[in-house]
Amino acid sequence: MSGKQFLLDGQPVSFEEGQSILEAARKAGHYIPSLCWHKDFPAHGSCKLCVVKAAGRHVSACATPAREGWEVESNTPEMNGERRGLLQMLFVEGNHFCPSCEKSGNCELQALGYEYEMLTPRFRHFYPERPVDASHPDILLDFNRCIFCELCVRASRDVDGKSVFALTGRGIDKHLVVNAESGRLADTDFSKDDLAAHICPVGVILHKGPGFAVPIGERSYDGASIREKKLREEEAS
Amino acid sequence: MSVLPSSTVAPLDDILLRHGHQPTALLQILIEAQDIEGWLPASTLTRIAEGLHIPRARVEGVAGFYSFLYQHPVGRYRVLFSDNITDRMLGNAELLDTLCRKLWVEPGKTSEDGLVSITTTSCTGLCDQGPAMLVNGRAIGQLNHRRINEIAELIRQQRPLDLWPAGYFRVDDNIRRKDALLNLEMTPGMALGAAIRQGRDGWLAGMQASNLRGRGGAGFATAVKWASARNAPGEAKVIVCNADEGEPGTFKDRVLLNSYADLVFEGMTLAAWAVGARDGFLYLRGEYRYLLPQLEAVLARRRSAGLLGQQILGEAGFDFDIRIHLGAGAYVCGEESALIESLEGKRGTPRIRPPFPVIKGYLDRPTVVNNVETLAKTCLIALQGGAAFAATGTAQSAGTKLLSISGDCAAPGIYEYPFGVSIARILEDCGASDTQAVQVGGAAGICLATYEFQRRIAYEDVPTAGAFMIFDETRDLFEVARAFVHFFAHESCGFCTPCRVGTSLLKGFMDKLADGHGAKADLADIDWLDRLLKNASHCGLGSAAPNPVIDTLQKFRPAYERRLVSLDFEPAFDLDAALAEARQLTARDDAGAHLHTHGENEK
Repeated sequence: MSGKQFLLDGQPVSFEEGQSILEAARKAGHYIPSLCWHKDFPAHGSCKLCVVKAAGRHVSACATPAREGWEVESNTPEMNGERRGLLQMLFVEGNHFCPSCEKSGNCELQALGYEYEMLTPRFRHFYPERPVDASHPDILLDFNRCIFCELCVRASRDVDGKSVFALTGRGIDKHLVVNAESGRLADTDFSKDDLAAHICPVGVILHKGPGFAVPIGERSYDGASIREKKLREEEAS
Repeated sequence: MSVLPSSTVAPLDDILLRHGHQPTALLQILIEAQDIEGWLPASTLTRIAEGLHIPRARVEGVAGFYSFLYQHPVGRYRVLFSDNITDRMLGNAELLDTLCRKLWVEPGKTSEDGLVSITTTSCTGLCDQGPAMLVNGRAIGQLNHRRINEIAELIRQQRPLDLWPAGYFRVDDNIRRKDALLNLEMTPGMALGAAIRQGRDGWLAGMQASNLRGRGGAGFATAVKWASARNAPGEAKVIVCNADEGEPGTFKDRVLLNSYADLVFEGMTLAAWAVGARDGFLYLRGEYRYLLPQLEAVLARRRSAGLLGQQILGEAGFDFDIRIHLGAGAYVCGEESALIESLEGKRGTPRIRPPFPVIKGYLDRPTVVNNVETLAKTCLIALQGGAAFAATGTAQSAGTKLLSISGDCAAPGIYEYPFGVSIARILEDCGASDTQAVQVGGAAGICLATYEFQRRIAYEDVPTAGAFMIFDETRDLFEVARAFVHFFAHESCGFCTPCRVGTSLLKGFMDKLADGHGAKADLADIDWLDRLLKNASHCGLGSAAPNPVIDTLQKFRPAYERRLVSLDFEPAFDLDAALAEARQLTARDDAGAHLHTHGENEK
């Protein structure tokens, strides 16, 4: 191998100048988890699932350009323990009832919960009050499951050119709103064909009609782990 | 009916016009639009979005971020009690309760007739003359029962604020010790004239020689920041003065802006001279809005004196002016990249760094963000030279530091010391006795116990942005830490998972202990959360949030342990509290309407 390299858990990984730790790692067949990161968008750095230790410092792998000679720790008990904790935080701050969720089996949050062996919620549930919005003819919004990755916000704004979604509030009261004075999705120009309608990693933006078309047990992460799936996707792209 | 005189309230269209329909002015427009009705109805947000040609969701996103913007009706008199730990120590809770009872309103709610709403807010920067409050944005300090009774009466009579006793709104500087900066008597323009004579390069060299480091607490070399911005590609460079002084217990910037505003604006102009900037912003925290008229007057005076505007002091090509940008109650905007987002009219969410603001800041232009005190100090350097400045203080911490001293002492106020002064000396000077602990640097700072009082204020020992809160033997350090934890949970911007959820979880654990449901397992969880917050947070707010708990757990552990009811596990769920609503509905409070949990039985 030629070019610049850094060490990921002791293994050399090549990278191009400007490439993030996460991108370089996945290209080389090493999985670093993420929820808010998407290959078609600039790094967001909010979910912190991709946290790694680079040269002794905690950084977001998605937002940190790789550097020659760096030693990066990722798949270690310490980092995976922190990731498990972050997942537990995401689970308790919303209302996630996997058994009754249409996204079960296709949900990245759930898949990561399995991947990082999350066995209990650990913390007190916040049980926030987040009413659903079923006003739109084609789409149901179930805000209970929102993890604030802002992928719908970014897709609608930067690709669809509509800015249907935005975050408002602050801290633990932060929440998703839609672009209408009534607060109803039906009163926006959202369409089921928008990129934003297909980008939610969890079960907030659901398409009406085809619910449970694929039976539980045959869904994305039922057969293979999210680690395997994401690395396979990377290879195919 | 608005409490403000009608002549000062511009209709929305005028406000939009005055701001040139610029989306970057969104926060300023929202603040001014709110003055029309005292809150922001949904239709107002829609009209603002249309006027600026931006999505309504973006307007709602920004309006929801700042504590002082309301999307539901609030009282015509909006009373916010400052809730720093120093206000709590001076009995603000009882005063709030008294005022609520006198005016028949529940805390956090608006009275039925819409007359008044009363709640708490983060530290308003009047710790030296607390307990304090803001009434419709105007500061009142030195609250006591008599004053609260009078205020209740004035509100009941619906007396306009302008007709309240003027003495209520007097904010004292309380300067107790002056050194180089506060003793400086400078005619406006003198430092600037000296720097212009030195030339841009000579002036920057003087700054380099001074070893001046940022007074916001981080201590980055000011000249390095200036040089980076100067050398960064891009013509339209920007100077920002960070007057978003939100750190609990800090109020030095309030005093500098009140009585030394010329030094601050001159410092900004000196920075512009070094960097080659044309635009300047003073980011003034919403809590200091009452300073706005006098600051605008200083700016106007400086413009007519040729110290701002085109060809400053006749120097061809030296054009620079300053605008004041108001915040609206968001501590996180003190973080420089969040501050820049806020300046651009957005939610105050810290950016991913790098790129740093000196390369890509305000509207992606090279931007210098300096603390108020840092900028004021540059006047000293321009007048007396870099070497003279570097000769004071300690080797690594040149010059003096303003300390905002509050809490248990005889003479709270502003003290200016050369760097290197010991904690013990400061305590002696301000008349503190039986001191148990000192919180230096605010909620995000460090808690020092008696055995550390020989340590010194300096970047290499105890760095600080200036807050210095004193706690004597009668205080409970657990409650001090809990107050700060509440503060961080309230101020987290919510961008990253660890801070958004972690600060609220930490608050939950501290409250569980306070409520008498603590167990040893909770201390382990607190410990774990502290570490995750420190490690994984996106910005300094999240990583500093556990500091008060880490320090007090280490140095005052008994304050925690005596609250534990169990050595292993104790549920947080309070059976008795869960019945409170049922008791209220049935108007019962007898023994039969109560359940007893394990913790309470032991009491």
